[in-house]
Amino acid sequence: MSNEVAVLGVGMHPWGKWGRNFVEYGVHAIKAALDDAGISWTDVDFLAAGETIRNGYPGYVAASSFSQAMGFRGVPIASCYAACASGTQAVEAARTRILAGMADVCVVAGADTTPKGFLAPSKGERSADPDWLRFRLLGATNPTYFGLYARRRMDLYGATESDFARVKAKNSKVGATNPNARYKKVFTEEEVLASPLVADPLRLFEICATSDGGAALVLTSLDFARKHATDFVRIAGVSTVTPTFPNTLVDMPNFATDSAAGISAPDRGFKDSIAYAAYEEAGIGPEDLSLAEVYDLSSALELDWYENIGLCKPGEAETLLRNGDTTVGGRIPVNPSGGLGAFGEAVPAQAIAQVCELVWQLRGQAGERQVEGAKVGVTANQGLFGHGSSVLCVK
Amino acid sequence: MAKNRVPAIDGWFTTDDEPRLIGLHDAGSGSYFFPKDMAIARAPGHADAELKEVELSRTGKLWSYTTNHYEPPEPYMSPDPFVPYTVAAVELTDERMVVLGQLADGIDAADLEVGQEMEIVLGTLYEDDDNEYLVWKWRPTQPSDRSGAGAEAA
Repeated sequence: MSNEVAVLGVGMHPWGKWGRNFVEYGVHAIKAALDDAGISWTDVDFLAAGETIRNGYPGYVAASSFSQAMGFRGVPIASCYAACASGTQAVEAARTRILAGMADVCVVAGADTTPKGFLAPSKGERSADPDWLRFRLLGATNPTYFGLYARRRMDLYGATESDFARVKAKNSKVGATNPNARYKKVFTEEEVLASPLVADPLRLFEICATSDGGAALVLTSLDFARKHATDFVRIAGVSTVTPTFPNTLVDMPNFATDSAAGISAPDRGFKDSIAYAAYEEAGIGPEDLSLAEVYDLSSALELDWYENIGLCKPGEAETLLRNGDTTVGGRIPVNPSGGLGAFGEAVPAQAIAQVCELVWQLRGQAGERQVEGAKVGVTANQGLFGHGSSVLCVK
Repeated sequence: MAKNRVPAIDGWFTTDDEPRLIGLHDAGSGSYFFPKDMAIARAPGHADAELKEVELSRTGKLWSYTTNHYEPPEPYMSPDPFVPYTVAAVELTDERMVVLGQLADGIDAADLEVGQEMEIVLGTLYEDDDNEYLVWKWRPTQPSDRSGAGAEAA
């Protein structure tokens, strides 16, 4: 496949609430990825980074901050922001550079230091900013949107509170064995259901926290990879799609969906289009998957993703879950890393961390959470303001 | 002395007895947009459309709802102490668009059912010494009947 690049190295700084400078986490992850690849910083000819908007100017220019910390060498850089999808945009900046023949060895990195509590809009009286207005006029926090999706699954498909708790319990079990995950506690469904309601029907332990953390990849051309390794994971498809008008699913930070009164909604809605674009590019379908890492901002959202990435038809996700199909050891494990429920979200690092997990799984290096015989994996994620994000990895 | 009742934001809704949201209509594509302040003609191929200000449907079907049990960060103007509130998503009948709004005061979210008909009313978002700031809210058109026919959710 001509569109493939190699993932020669992966690295992470463990997730947590460490309270240190985000650059430290990024540099830690970059060094780990370079070591993993057996490559020196002096071999790198491009660096792309996901930005953080919570760490002042150095965060906006994250690629520069990381390059400077690693030692400026004149290499070109790109800093990307696409909310939760930022990391995939950095992957795509590096991949296209390699495929264009303009770089051989690229570093992709993201890191964040996050404040406690709800993610809040930027300060100031900004009455033309929908992200500000949704808090002022509606009190619509991020969990508000997650609660709306979860309640609709219950009324439409018969999902139960117990299903949402089961997702959390399932992911906590593998997350507890993941050295990079923040939360090591194994939850029972009962413990999850005993936690306080945040955005009904969702409870505290079903909504992901914000975390500090860092993740990095070393991407290279296939030619370069063949000279440096005998065996490596390849990226076969990347999706950074945007919605198609009219988008009929109400999304953060919007007050309303598009109108489908004139132009009909597309057959494939936005969330369904995200992984599909990566499948299409790679010529690989959901039936070929060994595992998936999806963005469980709430445990109920994981169920939506089963359907969005084509593991089952709408309304069948609860059956997949209850049958144990998506548990490690099941037919198609989802979030064997532990997912956001075990990590908490470090926005610009998270989409990159998803790729790290695929690579460890496809190499057979995932320890107790290993998916046996993993050959194909996909990530799926969505950033607010309409950012699709999916990376398809093959062995 | 009674406080002035003023909109929490100008130009998003009418303030008469049968309040409506104010949106934009693009006759060429048949699309509607809300809120209008942020709207430009977004339908692909209709970028030059002339958008006309219109009042949107007063009613629609409940798409989903959720009650927030934690105080949101600023700029939400929370009463002290904090009071949980419900956000509802309603698909407007004619415009085929889902619009968020808080649930009207005095309505119990436990009585709601996806698919039921809702209408727009005005309610208080927050108050200061001089003013009561109004915002649109959603209210069921019929009294609660959770034991009745199933939801007509599409």
